[in-house]
Amino acid sequence: MSATSSTIVNLPDQTTATLPKRNYINAEDGMLSWLLTGDHKRIAILYLISITFFFFIGGAFAGLIRLELLTPQPDLVASDTYNKLFSMHGIVMIFLFLVPSVPATIGNFVLPIMIGAKDLAFPKINLLSWYLYWIGGLFTLAALVLGGVDTGWTFTTPLSTHYLNTHVVTAGLGVFIIGFSSIFTGLNFIVTIHRMRAPGMTWFRLPLFVWSNYAASILMVLGTPVLAITLVLVVLERTIGIGVFDPTKGGDPLLFQHLFWFYSHPAVYIMILPGMGVISEVISTFSRKRVFGYTAVAFSSVAIALFAFFVWAHHMFIMGVSNYSALVFSLLTMLVAVPSAIKVFNWSFTMQKGSVTFETPMLYAFGFLGLFTIGGMTGVFLGSLGMDIHLTETYFIVAHFHFVMVGGMLMAFLAGIHFWWPKMTGRMYPESLSKLAAVTTFIGFNLTFLPQFVLGYLGMPRRYHAYPPEFQVLNVLSTAGATVLGVGYLLPLLYLGWSLKYGAIAGNNPWQATGLEWQIQSPPLTENFIETPVVDYEAYDYEWLANKTQNEVTTVG
Amino acid sequence: MHISPVLWQFLMKWLTSSALFPREASTIAPQTDALYFFLLLITVIGLVLVGGLVFGFAIRYRQEKSPVAEQIEGSTLLEATWTIIPLALFLICFVWGALLYFRIYNPPTNAMNIYIVGKQWMWKAEHPGGQHEINALHVPMGQPIQLTMISQDVFHSFSIPDFRVKREVIPGRYSTVWFNATTPGTYHIFCTQYCGTKHSGMIGEVTVLTPDDYKKWTENSTSGMSLAQNGERLFASMGCNACHSGSAAARGPNLAGVFGSKLQLTNGSEVLVNDAYLRDAILNPSQHVTAGFAPIMPTYQGQISEEGLIDLVEYIKTLQTNYRVQQTLTTSESNQAAPITPGVVKP
Repeated sequence: MSATSSTIVNLPDQTTATLPKRNYINAEDGMLSWLLTGDHKRIAILYLISITFFFFIGGAFAGLIRLELLTPQPDLVASDTYNKLFSMHGIVMIFLFLVPSVPATIGNFVLPIMIGAKDLAFPKINLLSWYLYWIGGLFTLAALVLGGVDTGWTFTTPLSTHYLNTHVVTAGLGVFIIGFSSIFTGLNFIVTIHRMRAPGMTWFRLPLFVWSNYAASILMVLGTPVLAITLVLVVLERTIGIGVFDPTKGGDPLLFQHLFWFYSHPAVYIMILPGMGVISEVISTFSRKRVFGYTAVAFSSVAIALFAFFVWAHHMFIMGVSNYSALVFSLLTMLVAVPSAIKVFNWSFTMQKGSVTFETPMLYAFGFLGLFTIGGMTGVFLGSLGMDIHLTETYFIVAHFHFVMVGGMLMAFLAGIHFWWPKMTGRMYPESLSKLAAVTTFIGFNLTFLPQFVLGYLGMPRRYHAYPPEFQVLNVLSTAGATVLGVGYLLPLLYLGWSLKYGAIAGNNPWQATGLEWQIQSPPLTENFIETPVVDYEAYDYEWLANKTQNEVTTVG
Repeated sequence: MHISPVLWQFLMKWLTSSALFPREASTIAPQTDALYFFLLLITVIGLVLVGGLVFGFAIRYRQEKSPVAEQIEGSTLLEATWTIIPLALFLICFVWGALLYFRIYNPPTNAMNIYIVGKQWMWKAEHPGGQHEINALHVPMGQPIQLTMISQDVFHSFSIPDFRVKREVIPGRYSTVWFNATTPGTYHIFCTQYCGTKHSGMIGEVTVLTPDDYKKWTENSTSGMSLAQNGERLFASMGCNACHSGSAAARGPNLAGVFGSKLQLTNGSEVLVNDAYLRDAILNPSQHVTAGFAPIMPTYQGQISEEGLIDLVEYIKTLQTNYRVQQTLTTSESNQAAPITPGVVKP
């Protein structure tokens, strides 16, 4: 599977090529220069290392969970250990990996360059948000080391406030602090996109990655404070018993559900929207075409962000909310599925009459399209009221959100990392291994989570440590798939690490892409652009790119 | 969507006998399954369509075949098509799902009521005739059964997959679900809301019996006291009848016939007296003072268990005339056990 004629990779002559003498990586020396940096690219790398660390911690928990579920008996770990495993898996993966993944790493790195800015609007706040991420992360790790927490990632009251003896406060505090990291990143993006676009970079010349991060940032800024308030209330209820959620004190246990999901449903879109941005960039680049219906794709991001705030109660259809409010929330949930469908069709049609090549990021993007379509359609099952009654709280839910979050988001993240890796490091990764990883991930993923849809319809509840024996066959399949999936995740870690030292020199624009980030050197200078660029062409204008290259050739000749 | 009944039956037989599909054991189950198959169908169509487009375009327009891309801005007509068709499909799912939801969550008026109390980590069922069961539930087939459920501690969720019903069991409030079982047999009861250490051990079994077998079961497992009789006893022992004596000079309102009626409160509002209201009025009396009475009733929060509250509510439900109150008063004053009263078991 080496590079064939179908490749568009345009690498410089490897015998003479070297990395640029001056770039953001070697601009300053020493650990301290990294820890005190204001450079958005260096902060992105700090984030990348951090979230990779937490991803593999969360992944290890997932592995243990799947191993335990290999047999119906509770034989590998005890019940409360199992509960702590899935709780920490959820907390780490959602708050420490999925939420910051694309915005804080890829977004931090390329978003300012894409709009022609030298940095984000608030470089110091950007660094602060990384420190907050780690302080929150350390609290979470502390909760883990001290003995764990077994609330599930949802911190549901009154279980979390009255019935558990674990480190709920420590973990809650951790999530609270990480929340501020996400608010700061969102604020930084919004201000940067509004104020720091290069001359000529109008709103409708923005790459779609910028649009989708803009929409996600709005969600972060408006939604995360509600999570913070909710967690403060949980901590107060637990420590001094204020009685907001406790029915014996006149509190309302359903209030917690409302508050929590008011953040946590939009959080799903905080996670997936930036991933959708990556997919737009990748599919456009490897089809050598402007994204089909640019405006529709841009506005569908905004539409998703808006609708996201009005669907939270679909998590509560079986909790005795009034039938009529269930109707309204079900209808709104159906509406939020429409912009997602629009995007999928627009992405497909982007390839029509294009000139399509199959680089690794494109393979991941194809994987994304398939898995996200399944994830999205099964969301319609759950939005449909009567169906939701049977499916909710079973493995169907587990499969559904893993398809969206892991199948969709993680595939998009890996597509993005592979896509911008040459820009970040100046080097390429081994082509055949990376394609193998993409295929392995896709196969492993389907083998892991497709059986769980069936398990869910059969009625196997989620968060079960032991289960009736008739569910075993499907669980064994799922665990086998998880093993394959694990290999799919370890491969990139290995070959990307290898490529840092031994990878081929990538050059400025290996993919022949149009974005501003591809018009500067790889890895970029600390100040990104020597001169502020003037944008006089539309996003994804491949004709402009072709002319530009021709002109350059003419000049040299 | 119309499927021929023969084909449908064949399909159902094949599916229900396979391990990939749960049994259909309630009147709701086939209806849920019909919607499931519709959703599955549009998912498969959607997936084939997207897969076809992606692979079709990717292969047809790969670089060897199509070295130069033709730039296309978009197409309003196409985009309108793939906005409107999914929207229409999703709206069908919405309406169909909503109809089913109302059917699942609105019990028929002739349903037989059984109480369920969820606690860490067991299901406790209380039949109107006073039969108690733990992690088990016996029901007759062919009759609508309504479960009135409450949790004593944390959120639980009561799920019978083979009946396709599930409802959250919430601390502090009654929730209800109903079903009409069609096939005798035993089926899983799961707790599907994570509720702490032994969450996965909170499993029970519902046994569907023929009406005759159910009658036998009721007779064999009776404790001799119905819920209402237990409630009557509790009513007397808690001293409730000191105030709620039913006489004109009593300090508390007459409870005869109060269930199901509209009650005028001192704050001017009018409430419908149902299970939830009665429970709340016992636990938070100061918030529910009946017009014409002083707010002197103490709270019984923490003094009565959920089972006790269920008994009291069942007792108050049976007080249709003043005669029963007087009788209770007399028996409690004469310090004798209440006589067994026929007809207190709700049908």
